[in-house]
Amino acid sequence: MGAGHSHRLYRHGHSPVHELPPHCKLAAVFLFVVVVVSTPREAMWAFALYAVLLAVVAGAARIPAGYLLKRLLIEIPFVAFAVLMPFVVPGEQVHVLGLALSENGLWGAWNVLAKGTLGVAASVILASTTELRALLLGLQRLKLPPLLVQIASFMIRYGDVITDEMRRMSIARRSRGFEARGVRSWGVLAKSAGALFIRSYERGERVHLAMVSRGYAGSMPVIDEVTATRAQWTRAAALPVTALAVCLLGWTL
Amino acid sequence: MHVPDGFINAPVSAVTGVVAAAAVAVSLRGARRELGGPSHALSSGGEKTAPLAGLVAAFIFAVQMLNFPVAAGTSGHLLGGALAAILVGPYTGVLCVSVVLLMQGILFADGGLTALGVNITDMAITTTVVAYVLFRTLVKVLPRTRRSVTAASFVAALVSVPAAALVFTAIYALGGTTDVPIGKVLTAMVGVHLLIGIGEAAITALTVGAVLAVRPDLVHGARGLTAPLKLRVGGELVDAPAAAPAPARTGSTRKVWGFGIVTALLLAGFVSFYASASPDGLEKVAHDKGIDTKTTQHASSDSPLADYSVKDIGDARLAGGLAGVIGVGVTVAVGSGVFWAVRRRRGADTPERTPEAV
Repeated sequence: MGAGHSHRLYRHGHSPVHELPPHCKLAAVFLFVVVVVSTPREAMWAFALYAVLLAVVAGAARIPAGYLLKRLLIEIPFVAFAVLMPFVVPGEQVHVLGLALSENGLWGAWNVLAKGTLGVAASVILASTTELRALLLGLQRLKLPPLLVQIASFMIRYGDVITDEMRRMSIARRSRGFEARGVRSWGVLAKSAGALFIRSYERGERVHLAMVSRGYAGSMPVIDEVTATRAQWTRAAALPVTALAVCLLGWTL
Repeated sequence: MHVPDGFINAPVSAVTGVVAAAAVAVSLRGARRELGGPSHALSSGGEKTAPLAGLVAAFIFAVQMLNFPVAAGTSGHLLGGALAAILVGPYTGVLCVSVVLLMQGILFADGGLTALGVNITDMAITTTVVAYVLFRTLVKVLPRTRRSVTAASFVAALVSVPAAALVFTAIYALGGTTDVPIGKVLTAMVGVHLLIGIGEAAITALTVGAVLAVRPDLVHGARGLTAPLKLRVGGELVDAPAAAPAPARTGSTRKVWGFGIVTALLLAGFVSFYASASPDGLEKVAHDKGIDTKTTQHASSDSPLADYSVKDIGDARLAGGLAGVIGVGVTVAVGSGVFWAVRRRRGADTPERTPEAV
């Protein structure tokens, strides 16, 4: 029965991380990622400490490790890229297990892998502890243009509707004996995409008319204004501030 | 192609973030105009923007999941920048793809948060702007039929993907954190994306064609195609009173456009094969007199197009010709973009309106 009320990316819970106001969390995650990106790649222990910090936050949010790891799989494409790097970068060669690898390439691969993984993990924790609506309100609190937030919220709200429409069209195609194989079936698929565009656009027009007839004049009333107390800001700031300390240590040591 | 965190260094990420923010701000204003539409005389168009742009963004998000089988189990999907630009216009296109990227970054952790500026500059701005400028130019040149709109969208999508790869390589050259040589990045990125571009072009053209067949009024890029209204008075066709304003002028400008572009491409691509290989007058003089001993190398002398040839292409003539064609393309794009913006500004200032807008 949970379908439609919360997104599948969100993990319901009542942990201290869940309770934090969304804009505090957004700011904290963004600052954390900025700190991680500006850490020198030679300070390997710093990245281990960052990982420990994230693990502590995930623990506080009661996110199981398996869940987090499964969501980390999104970064597989650039892991493949990072694996290639030691072979294509010129420079001094080191021999590991009979393979000639370049030292610079190894550092580059490590740099991208470590920073990318930490960034993805931070975003995953944010998305699993914050509801979509709250996330959008948080973005608005952080002074994103209201029109942009509205567009994003319409996209989120109707994203699943449009995706489901596409899935139904695919079922309809398959139940009539169509099977997509090879370039020759692109015509049919492209016609579906065109039909999907027309349906989406016309749905947008209907949504607009329905909203206008209910008094919409270009801006959404904010009924649940989120505010953050000083204590909540301090708690959210704990993550980036600790990370900053680690980063400064990394630069000096 | 989503860039993760830590791939581009902090200063360049910050600069691209500023570029992306500025572009989104401009697109927010432009999208109001594009989506306002002539049908609602009383509304300013502002309140129509959010639902329509939101639904178009949802469409792009969904269509990126539509798999197109290529061969032997592999499949590709649409990037959507060119398609969005042609279907709903460049401003709304930039806006929708940017929103999709923003949500993918925050919700799905697809593309880093600090790399958001890079991703938007690369995938939202470059693809839509390049595709739209090229599309408009081609539609101006080609005869005014549906088929040419489809052909123009094919070419626009075909070029937009390698253009994004070029911009990515440029950003990487400025602030890449790894030491992969630029030449290798350029050949790999542009090579792969030329292939992807062919798929993107075919799907975009087929999709635009499908929409054109059903609802041609929805295709932003085909707005000039509607035939003038004719009335049948006493058995013969007569032009309706409020006909389109002066269609005769377009023919001549189209000829000028076409002639100019073809000449420029010919000169740049083929005549430069036979151009003198010796340095041009001033350089030769400077060399002879020894006054160039103090000149330092130009700052962009190791850029991919330095000295008017494409790096990593051995044949000097081929490289020169290719560089010429790319140069003309970029110049035409930038020039017509500036020209178009200026004319747009001037058009907005004058109080007169077209009959449909009132």
